Amino acid sequence: MNTTAQVLEKNKERILEKWMQNQLSDAALRDDLMTNDELQRQSREMLDGLLRAVSKGNYDNIYDTEFEQVTDTLRDISITRARQGFSPRETGAYVLSLKQAVIEVLVEQRKDDTSMLYQEIMQLNNLLDNLSILTFETFIKGREEVILRQTDEISEISTPVIRVWDGILALPIIGTLDSARTQVVMENLLQEIVNTGSNIAILDISGVPAVDSLVAQHLIKTVSATRLMGAECIISGIRAEIAQTIVHLGIDLSNIKTKASLASALHLAFSMTNLEVRRTERNKGLKLMR
Amino acid sequence: MIVMTKDTMEIVREQDVVPFRNRVREFGTRIGMSLVNQTKLITAASELVRNMLKYASGGRVILEVISHNAKTGIRLTFQDEGPGIADIAMAMRDGFSTGRSLGLGLPGAKRLVNEFDLKSNPGVGTTVTVIHWKHGR
Amino acid sequence: MGPFLLVTIQIDLYDRLALTLENDLINMVSQTGARGVLIDISAVSIVDSFMGRILGNIASMSRIMDAETVVVGMQPAVAITLVELGLTLQGVYTALNVEKGMELLNTKLGDNLELDDDEEEDQDDRND
Repeated sequence: MNTTAQVLEKNKERILEKWMQNQLSDAALRDDLMTNDELQRQSREMLDGLLRAVSKGNYDNIYDTEFEQVTDTLRDISITRARQGFSPRETGAYVLSLKQAVIEVLVEQRKDDTSMLYQEIMQLNNLLDNLSILTFETFIKGREEVILRQTDEISEISTPVIRVWDGILALPIIGTLDSARTQVVMENLLQEIVNTGSNIAILDISGVPAVDSLVAQHLIKTVSATRLMGAECIISGIRAEIAQTIVHLGIDLSNIKTKASLASALHLAFSMTNLEVRRTERNKGLKLMR
Repeated sequence: MIVMTKDTMEIVREQDVVPFRNRVREFGTRIGMSLVNQTKLITAASELVRNMLKYASGGRVILEVISHNAKTGIRLTFQDEGPGIADIAMAMRDGFSTGRSLGLGLPGAKRLVNEFDLKSNPGVGTTVTVIHWKHGR
Repeated sequence: MGPFLLVTIQIDLYDRLALTLENDLINMVSQTGARGVLIDISAVSIVDSFMGRILGNIASMSRIMDAETVVVGMQPAVAITLVELGLTLQGVYTALNVEKGMELLNTKLGDNLELDDDEEEDQDDRND
């Protein structure tokens, strides 16, 4: 009687063929993301590793050294697929369709020994389920990395410091203000104050969906840091509902200059720097020209 | 948690503080920590080292570059054989001081770093461990 | 009419040095009858609670002697750290640089100060 490993080894090509068929027949397979040749090469590598590990008789612990190659390849595949935008279903189907192929082949080979077949199926089922869990774990980790990187990028690009006038900076904040974001806002703002020698910074919170006591604390910190540098800070874009929450929560903003709109904040900034903006009399000029 | 670099410094007098701060900065620069995060860590270290000099007349600091879950950071361990802190909760409160300081040392240091751990045994000594990650989180 | 004092701190100070600075500076205010003190900390990379307290003390003491204090040139990283530490230097005026600090002192004192030439007295950093 042949051992399971021997049976599988002997029928390796058939398993691979069936596995490829299973994968390719899946309507959801994204051939736009990967060529068939590539898939075939990847699958063969994976199957080779798996059979080598199984030939050692280990069906239980996929964290043992003989599975290292298999798990490494699998992690690689999952991470790559997560980054390329494969769906969880497509990624999971990779191992699950292998299970199907292996079991189909075993059923063919063990027609006359059902108790042996039963035992083998149980073992392989268990093994491939574990590998499938590993696939998902790695896939999710890959997605999380993508999310983390995007979060970093968003917080970088979403805090532009605008020079609205000589000596006056404006910083529109869009989205929620958490502590990591506050850090970036502060760093960008203070550096720009140094670079431009500005005396006044306007923090516009029109784009902040809600202000709770934590967000208020972050705003107060930013204002305090700006003052330590020797510049003054005005907070603008306070909508009616934000004013209501601030008062209801008992947040004290009395030490901070606040304005309803960016326009009125700019107006205040002008008067603080002794600037005056006036409409020029143009009509006289026009008459003269006629 | 893997320790990559390790160094120990004895702090027995005020003049040791500035070289110690510079050593922390060196560690920070080596792992590519941003200036703001370096400044936060060094300021926290400065507070803790002052406490050590003031209340325990000195001690030693272990500086380590550590790596954990793909994050790199600096761990500083302040050990002294001073009188210890009887009421830790009180000592961690803003504005509380048994000396004549602002009472911002311990709570302030805690706010400046990512991880803060204080163990004290009255009559035996105090150990404060702080960790600050390269990216500040 | 008193002149302004300008102190540039060029190294990171340890505590006793900072206390010496406080002492010398206050004596200097008293001797010169200065109406304004500018402390340039642009070269200082660390301000902890002790140094913060010294700056606050200098401002309070000077004010009693009728002089205003302006801390100038604080680095962004230092400002962010101080705020996180919980120290906002209440009662201390700040300015971006020496020039703006001088302007600020002039406006603060402008009402009762006839502006002749701004006299300035430089004082070196102390390494004693």
